Amino acid sequence: MLMENKAENKAVFDAESANEVVKELRDSFVTGKTKSYRWRVTQLKAMLKMLDENEPQIVAALRDDLSKPEFESSLYEIQMVNNSCRLALKEMNHWMMPEKAKTSLTTFPSSAEIVSEPLGVVLVISAWNYPFLVSLDPVVGAISAGNAIVLKPSEMAPASSSLLAKLVADYLDSSCIKVVEGAVPETSALLEQKWDKILYTGNGRVARIVMAAAAKHLTPVVLELGGKSPVIVVSDINLKVATRRIIAGKWGCNNGQACVSPDYIITTKDYATKLVDSFKCELERFYGKDPLESKDLSRIVNSNHFDRLSKLMDEEKVSSKIVHGGQRNEKNLQIAPTILLDVPVNSLIMKEEIFGPLLPIITVDKVEQSFDLIHSSGGKPLAAYLFTNNKKLKRKFVETVSAGGLVVNDTAVHLAIHSLPFGGVGESGMGSYHGKFSFDAFSHKKAVLYRGFAGDAFLRYPPYTPGKLTLLQALLSGSIVGIIRALLGWFWA
Amino acid sequence: MEKSIAELRETFKNGGTKSISWRKSQLKALLQLINQNEDSIFKALDQDLGKSPVESYRDEVGVLKKSVTYTLSCLEKWVAPKKAEVPLLFFPAKAEVMPQPLGVVLIFSSWNFPFTLALDPLIGAISAGNTVLLKPSDLAPACMSFLVETIPKYLDNKAIKVVAGGADIGERLLQLKWDKIFFTGSPRVGRLVMAAAAKHLTPVTLELGGKCPAIVDTLSTTPSKAKVTAKRIVGGKWGPCNGQACIAIDYLLVEEKLASTLIELLKKTIKRFYGENIKSLKSISRIVNEHQFQRLVNLLKDPNVADSIVYGGSVDEEKLVIEPTILLDPPLDSEIMSEEIFGPLLPIITLKNIEESINFINSKSNPLVIYAFTEDETFKKRILSETSSGTVTFNDSMVQFLCDSLPFGGVGQSGFGRYHGKYSFDTFSHEKSILHRGFYPEIEPRYPPWTDFKLLFIKLAYEFDYFGLILLLLGFKSS
Repeated sequence: MLMENKAENKAVFDAESANEVVKELRDSFVTGKTKSYRWRVTQLKAMLKMLDENEPQIVAALRDDLSKPEFESSLYEIQMVNNSCRLALKEMNHWMMPEKAKTSLTTFPSSAEIVSEPLGVVLVISAWNYPFLVSLDPVVGAISAGNAIVLKPSEMAPASSSLLAKLVADYLDSSCIKVVEGAVPETSALLEQKWDKILYTGNGRVARIVMAAAAKHLTPVVLELGGKSPVIVVSDINLKVATRRIIAGKWGCNNGQACVSPDYIITTKDYATKLVDSFKCELERFYGKDPLESKDLSRIVNSNHFDRLSKLMDEEKVSSKIVHGGQRNEKNLQIAPTILLDVPVNSLIMKEEIFGPLLPIITVDKVEQSFDLIHSSGGKPLAAYLFTNNKKLKRKFVETVSAGGLVVNDTAVHLAIHSLPFGGVGESGMGSYHGKFSFDAFSHKKAVLYRGFAGDAFLRYPPYTPGKLTLLQALLSGSIVGIIRALLGWFWA
Repeated sequence: MEKSIAELRETFKNGGTKSISWRKSQLKALLQLINQNEDSIFKALDQDLGKSPVESYRDEVGVLKKSVTYTLSCLEKWVAPKKAEVPLLFFPAKAEVMPQPLGVVLIFSSWNFPFTLALDPLIGAISAGNTVLLKPSDLAPACMSFLVETIPKYLDNKAIKVVAGGADIGERLLQLKWDKIFFTGSPRVGRLVMAAAAKHLTPVTLELGGKCPAIVDTLSTTPSKAKVTAKRIVGGKWGPCNGQACIAIDYLLVEEKLASTLIELLKKTIKRFYGENIKSLKSISRIVNEHQFQRLVNLLKDPNVADSIVYGGSVDEEKLVIEPTILLDPPLDSEIMSEEIFGPLLPIITLKNIEESINFINSKSNPLVIYAFTEDETFKKRILSETSSGTVTFNDSMVQFLCDSLPFGGVGQSGFGRYHGKYSFDTFSHEKSILHRGFYPEIEPRYPPWTDFKLLFIKLAYEFDYFGLILLLLGFKSS
């Protein structure tokens, strides 16, 4: 629909168009098409084929939008979606089966189960930093749960958005899965409609708009946001490995433009120099003497963000704290891996999520103070990291730091573990997905109770008498001794 | 009020609600509160709603006692982190999911089950380690006063607070930042709650309502089953707070040739349970207030609706009583058939074929519960797969509420989120993912500068194609 209009008369995608799209999908959903196991399997297999046959095009689109290195595109965008599809294909049968639930003496005789059913017509709004991953990974979940879907990719990654629109139309069932491209007006038009679920990946400001729009229709939402993901580095570790893993999670993930990128480091004053030196050494090993020449770093997505990051670096009392990097190329939208040491805690770079290649290191006297720093820093982040071999610190970290997910001795890799729910808390979001959690996120878990006609507890019904009260008390307690006693009392009374 | 909330936040920050022993002590104290004040609770419910002690015990006191006891016995299990599987690729690694309290939570409860709907979510919030502000409904004033006065006597005041008041207090509370809001009430207010929560990105659970239908297909089985069906329907309509319940049967669907049989059975049962006429009405709650009374009376004002009354219809404005009323095929576009009734009026809609009930139900928004009295296994399967509701209960009414292992919640216009049993604990928790890794072995290909070899290595690794990896490393695969 929208795709044909792009060429000549650029028709406006307004609320009416959005309404038509939803209506079409709802009509498809009502036929039961998306509910069938076979449909879900064919769509997932088609997506696998789509990724397999178009890898070079996807890599090229990502290079256009983000100068994303082929390695990252291949691994984090294509391979991870591939894995999700294959997991869903393998496990879907099992996920779709009703789950038996225990019943107690109180409702005897009865049996109970929980049945998963699709929510209906769902909206996935994705982000620009991993345009394929955060578009298709939720779509995999929505398909596996049997829904009809509209995907709204980010307009800030236009080549990826346009490629997604084309590929989804070519490979997937367009009567049930559609891509709507566009920016704020199109997204607003979509948000006015009634959806059965919305999954939004992005920032807190727009998330509030999404949730407010969802509230009008009582639509449940999953919000995958971000935050300042801290890394605590203790001096008792293998410094080289820790440094490399932090680099991989920071600059190796879209040059710091990732929701789970290490945002800032906290370490002890006496370890800071060693840490900075280790970073300098490993950064050069990874990206060469002039990182702006390296092919292995994404660029900054656009000039807005370039200016935003420049402002963070150039703030008075911050710019003097740069101990490594700082090189920029405005024309190519490049900023080199930059490390800052002990910027003021109330500077902009320490207040907002950086989402870029700047890494402040804050030093404390004692490691324990890092926990206070994290708690006082405002919103709960999407991820928090700790590098140490000390069991006590690990335990304290795990029990007291509140974040979407925690990793000890590595960064970002928890995204690849499908048995772990991926989502935020507080400002970093609500709800979760990945693996079976994706299936669950797009399902309604319907409770079903089967009762028979035998065993009608007469004491449920009026007329209500004190004797019935006693019996009822026993029955509700579920204790068989209590019930027998009360029954005996009833008969002997 | 802001001071109270600041205190709740401070208590939470200082870890006052974290320990299992604190949570257990609060739950035990709550149990004590209920046990030691049963009579006062019965009195308050009688005052606000005319509920009899049996109904009060069955639907409020007993339910709560059961819920606390169950939670106490399972708490340690629920609080324990759960292991998650880690692929071999990440060896050595340990993954787990650890439930954590969300922080400071706000619970709004409703007037029809003033104790259950306030304290059952409270049980969940406490068990998950949160601090709580409870805002009971002022439309059940005696119950609200009881809660305001009694809770501070038993529970930790620094962590659990109750605030009295009406809609204006509710609005003020919604302007503040919470870590979770749990709301039971109408869809209209649900929208306002969620819109307010959106400003702070506060997750919400909305327990709303809808028109809960009961499909009746067991009248031509055996006389005893037909009788039991009638009892369960009557018990499921007028039993819970005289129809003023989110899970009360709203209307019936039956085949037209069986309508008169159904009506006769229902009449007999109603008379036996509640009395012959409005003057001798007993064992039934009254309408909560003048406003709801007028609303229900207005539903019957439409002459076409009034004409369809086949039993009952009498009202007593002074006592706020409407007798159990049955209507046969009121107009489908009348208000009584488009709005949630929430009262003692029971429309019966007749169909040529009982299977048409599925389409009928689907023409309305998703209810909280669909009740289906049928022994036809195929029909049961069709109902399950072709309709959508929070819950489906076959051959009974109301009892699903007592099943701790079943999630209780809606879908679509009947709400989202769920509770009861462990689901209460979960709804007030954040499931935090945790991954522990070792420093060795190191997977070099993770790191730049990237080469084709590294790319192929990582691809195979991510596909968990360990055999392929070995081949690659031995030089048998080319990049």
